[in-house]
Amino acid sequence: MGDTLAGILLLAGAVLAVIGGIGVHKFPDAFTRLHAASKATTLGLLLVVGGAAVVLLPGPGATKLVLVVVFQVLTAPVAAHLVGRAGYDADNLAPRIDTLDELADDRPDGGDGQAP
Amino acid sequence: MIVAALILLAVSSLLFLARVVIGPTLADRVLALDGLVTCVVASVVAEAARRGSDLTLGVAVVAAFVGFVGASVAARFIEQRGA
Repeated sequence: MGDTLAGILLLAGAVLAVIGGIGVHKFPDAFTRLHAASKATTLGLLLVVGGAAVVLLPGPGATKLVLVVVFQVLTAPVAAHLVGRAGYDADNLAPRIDTLDELADDRPDGGDGQAP
Repeated sequence: MIVAALILLAVSSLLFLARVVIGPTLADRVLALDGLVTCVVASVVAEAARRGSDLTLGVAVVAAFVGFVGASVAARFIEQRGA
């Protein structure tokens, strides 16, 4: 029973990781790829850790499993935000945003990568 | 079942690695590397579950932390390079 539950959780997490990997190839530019690379793999990792917890707990590994989850949940959004900001400034990605662009108000050049 | 999950994680890592290689922008490579590190962490945890031992879980903790620091430093580099 426990092994079946662990296998289902691990498989679901791995499938989510594969979906993230496919999304990184299907989406058209860096901003949209960021969604696939950060969100899908984070949920996949959480499911994998849950499956491992079913096998390993109770035991001394509980602290490390919790640490992995806390690190990932705290840092994945921050890292995605940083990469998105950096990609906005570099690589000429900003002009392709044609709807609301609030970061442009924060940039002296209006976010188009050209000198003011 | 755990072996199948490990194979799927390997496939996912290869997809991320392909995105790292073909780019085309530096932001693409950095975000794909971040996803690749997450897949590696998941693989380490799944392998620990397969063997039923928690000896390698420290590797997962350190890899998760190093992945975050690496992505932050790379983002800072892209921002300062301003290419």
